[in-house]
Amino acid sequence: MAGIDLEVAEGEIYAFLGPNGAGKTTSVRMLTTLLRPTGGSATVAGHDVVSQASDVRRAIGVALQEAALDPLMTGRELMGLQSALHAVPRSESKQRSDALIERVGLSHAADRRVGTYSGGMRRRLDLAMALVHEPRVLFLDEPTTGLDPASRAAIWNEVRALNDEGTTVFLTTQYLEEADQLADRVGIIDHGGMVAEDTPEALKAGVGRPSLEVTITGDHAVAKEVLGRFGTPYKASNGSLAVPLEDGASGVAEIVRAIDDAGLQVDSLEVRRPTLDDVFLAKTGHALDPAGEEEPDPAGAVS
Amino acid sequence: MIAADLRATGALARRSLNQTFRYPRYLAPLVVFPSLFLAVNVGGAGRATSLPGFPAVHGFLDFELAASMLQATMLTGVSSGMALGIDIERGFIDRLIAAPISRPVVVTGRLAANAALGVFIGAWFLTIGLIFGAHIAGGVVGVLQVFALLSLAALAFGALGASLALRSGNAGLVQGTFPLVFVVLFVSTAFFPRNLMQEPAASIAAYNPLSLIAHGIREPVIHGASLASFGEGLAGVAIVGVISSTLAALALRHRLRGD
Repeated sequence: MAGIDLEVAEGEIYAFLGPNGAGKTTSVRMLTTLLRPTGGSATVAGHDVVSQASDVRRAIGVALQEAALDPLMTGRELMGLQSALHAVPRSESKQRSDALIERVGLSHAADRRVGTYSGGMRRRLDLAMALVHEPRVLFLDEPTTGLDPASRAAIWNEVRALNDEGTTVFLTTQYLEEADQLADRVGIIDHGGMVAEDTPEALKAGVGRPSLEVTITGDHAVAKEVLGRFGTPYKASNGSLAVPLEDGASGVAEIVRAIDDAGLQVDSLEVRRPTLDDVFLAKTGHALDPAGEEEPDPAGAVS
Repeated sequence: MIAADLRATGALARRSLNQTFRYPRYLAPLVVFPSLFLAVNVGGAGRATSLPGFPAVHGFLDFELAASMLQATMLTGVSSGMALGIDIERGFIDRLIAAPISRPVVVTGRLAANAALGVFIGAWFLTIGLIFGAHIAGGVVGVLQVFALLSLAALAFGALGASLALRSGNAGLVQGTFPLVFVVLFVSTAFFPRNLMQEPAASIAAYNPLSLIAHGIREPVIHGASLASFGEGLAGVAIVGVISSTLAALALRHRLRGD
């Protein structure tokens, strides 16, 4: 870690976005007391992660990458174990476990060994286990990595619902869409350092206005001249011509009329708004590659 | 906090016992291998009781029961160390470390299960012994002495397995110590009386704490329960226990620090 300074407000969903090896998991391991920082300081739910680690552990729920579950135990047994580890009163343990199992849609499989569960079922069980002691802050380390779209959507819905109920959520992800869909604020991390942090909308607005991408049949030099009247044209990634929309999408009609007046034929036309992908590219100088390198040796500092 | 830790220890001990009985990889070293070893040993070397200097016993099976029980108890330590190694490899241990429990509870649950397995091993082999004609000279008190010593020995060997797992984080490495169990047992009096052993094995056996434990669990079977043999067995367990628990505590600290 190259030194990270961040603050997450109570009740917020904060997404830590970055490729493999950026330092996301290392940060989560330090914030959840699994790894002692070699420098700096961090507080979670008002407690120092080093000197008040026990208080931190009582306040947080953690669902780590890979959903480390015992394949020989049933879902219900694991919920019972988690209740015992978090000192959930015996009188409430079964009721809470049953309610959470139902909430994540695993009632039909609760008495089956976890070894028979699919990846999505494991993640949902892991999430339920992280909630059994009703934590104030929930840490989710890449909660949907490797899941199919339906399982991913189910986890997203559950995270939103939990946040609506007041749980603060800190999640790491390498999926731009996940951060965009879920997070109130996004922190972009690369090579162990924070490169940008804001709401998804503000981050996207910061990298430029929408652009119009046009594929034209006809003389490209003419097309370039026509588009040049509205801004500096450039070649888009799909090979079409693009021009920034200085006045937003309202300028599209005028550009189309000009193309038509020049006798050019439009094959396709698309208004493209900046995405977090553009933000990531602008801030780090490279695209986000979810299939990148593994995390480096976990050691470092937070501030 | 103590009540919460005891509850967590109980829950983790139940998990360890379930693991053992649900997964043949963990159960086989406890009952199958030592039982086969016992059968082969008694069948092949049964006439050893006729050797001059061999203690007066009802039969070779009576004498060998202690060796098999001690062997199974030591393998319990290897087996539970392997299970802990797998927990570390799979990240399950992070679930325990991230919970608001005292740090030793990460290991004590598994050790408590080991203690219970020690009693199970005693019951298994004494039952086999009785079925195949062994006599338990110490009666019920003798059985209790065997159970108590095996339970404590399983705890001590469990701490040794845990220390290896915590230090290496590698189940395969712990499994690799399996043959060592046989080596250290053969240089103790578990399988053969010391006066019939050759040098240097006889001298090593004199200082091997396993000899003390073997004596503590053999005497109630072949001669009868006594405070002297119980004390001798306890001394052996204490020597192994002090070393193994110290190593386990250091390894746990190393693991939690992330050295």
